Amino acid sequence: MNNRLINWFKFASPATFYPLAGKMIPWFVALSVVFGVAGLYLGMFVAPTDFQQGEGYRIIFIHVPASWMSMFIYLVMAFWAALGLAFNTRLSGMMATALAPTGALMAFLSLWTGALWGKPMWGTWWVWDARLTSELILLFLYIGFIALQSAIDDPRRADKAGAVLALVGVVNIPIIYFSVKWWNTLHQGASVSLTKSPSMAATMLWAMLLVALCFWMYSIAVALGRARNIMLERERHTEWVRQLLAGKES
Amino acid sequence: MLDLLFAVIARDLKLALRRQADLVSALFFFIIVVSLFPLGVGPEMDMLRKMAPGVLWVAALLATMLTLPRLFGDDYRDGTLEQLVLAPQPLPVTVLGKMAAHWLTSGLPLTLLAPVLGLQFDLSADGLLVLTLALLVGTPSLSAIGAIGAALTLGLRGGGVLVSLLVLPLYIPVLIFGAGAVDAAVSGLGFEAHLSLLGALLAGSLFFAPWATAAALKISLE
Amino acid sequence: MHWNSASEFFAMGGYAFYVWGSFGVTALIMAVEPIIVARRRKNLLSRLKRQITAENLAQRSEES
Repeated sequence: MNNRLINWFKFASPATFYPLAGKMIPWFVALSVVFGVAGLYLGMFVAPTDFQQGEGYRIIFIHVPASWMSMFIYLVMAFWAALGLAFNTRLSGMMATALAPTGALMAFLSLWTGALWGKPMWGTWWVWDARLTSELILLFLYIGFIALQSAIDDPRRADKAGAVLALVGVVNIPIIYFSVKWWNTLHQGASVSLTKSPSMAATMLWAMLLVALCFWMYSIAVALGRARNIMLERERHTEWVRQLLAGKES
Repeated sequence: MLDLLFAVIARDLKLALRRQADLVSALFFFIIVVSLFPLGVGPEMDMLRKMAPGVLWVAALLATMLTLPRLFGDDYRDGTLEQLVLAPQPLPVTVLGKMAAHWLTSGLPLTLLAPVLGLQFDLSADGLLVLTLALLVGTPSLSAIGAIGAALTLGLRGGGVLVSLLVLPLYIPVLIFGAGAVDAAVSGLGFEAHLSLLGALLAGSLFFAPWATAAALKISLE
Repeated sequence: MHWNSASEFFAMGGYAFYVWGSFGVTALIMAVEPIIVARRRKNLLSRLKRQITAENLAQRSEES
């Protein structure tokens, strides 16, 4: 037991983290499936019809978890970025890079489902409400991060530059959100808001939470997979990768 | 510290004045972009008057973006930047000096030119005044935040577009409060809140951006 | 169970296009993303193995 606690920094090395990640992925996949099935069952088969929005409201079971995940993943990215800059660990940068595409896809999914929710409810494919607009800007921040890292050839510079950008972004997100809310209240006469969700029956809330957990487990699994690819690519000249490849002569 | 600041500003200004074409072309870009909007949406004065704050601010953002590669680009190419980074003087102060010089050669001219363009959109006198004030307070933030983007993308291919991708989302709060201030002034509502928020953004960016930019420069020069 | 029949479920009270459009794209993304990661892994492994073989051959011919 003591050994496990002390040796956290051992896993900061790609050589030890790679096999660990490989073992963890199936567990996260399994958890994701379990939460997903449970959440979807609750949301699609048990939760009642909404009084105002009919069956169309069920999109929130995707929209809200996707929004939550897009913001959460950005925070986690910024956390790894800060860690990487502070301790100069290679792995932290790899984790941030691995998370970005998944976070961007979550943001896109939030926007996509938001549009599909808005069209039948409010008549337009897009509503410039505070949350959707902030979500759009979050997508821009993700894309900026990915674009910056793709433009830099040296992986270490890419890690650190991305880290600075992620940290600048994370500091700006509350400011951006506040300013967009301000802008939104100033300009809107009728308060049409996508965030005014139906008053939540307990089943609806549980369904959303379960789907959110499903997305979370999924994101971890995909990010770990991507991180393993990054490790293979970047550490290809090291001994442990060579041994790994030699062992895979299948 | 102040000596260093003024020395950096003086040097950058001197160098910038040797390349006046760069300064002037950014201003002309501003003018052209502003003129594109009426050409795109039609000449009805009512609509243009309503659009004016947003159009002028967006054009100012874009014109500032164009000048960002110049902030560190020349010094990077001839090796001066590396010397500045290695020098014993505190890098954030040097960077602040560069941001100030950048503002003096891009943000300030834009601010002075904007009221003239505002006339093309039939902005009221109040609107023009607040536009100038808002740009005066807002454009230094643009220089500060933009410097971070410029430092991160030093020497990268696709530099100009990449900087835009990185920096424009960060400019959005300045845009919202800046255009909002003019809007408020035109509709007779209070614009002080907007201006104070712009001031807060300025204070925040002047405080944090030099550090972030210095860190980014060190990363880009490794 | 909330639904009276399968066809009711698929109709989603008239909102079928929007609801299934959302769930569909979600399912698509959550299927395609892992496939892309897996495919990249496969390509990486084969490319790296080839590189190592090439280097070993080069080394051996240098030594001889």
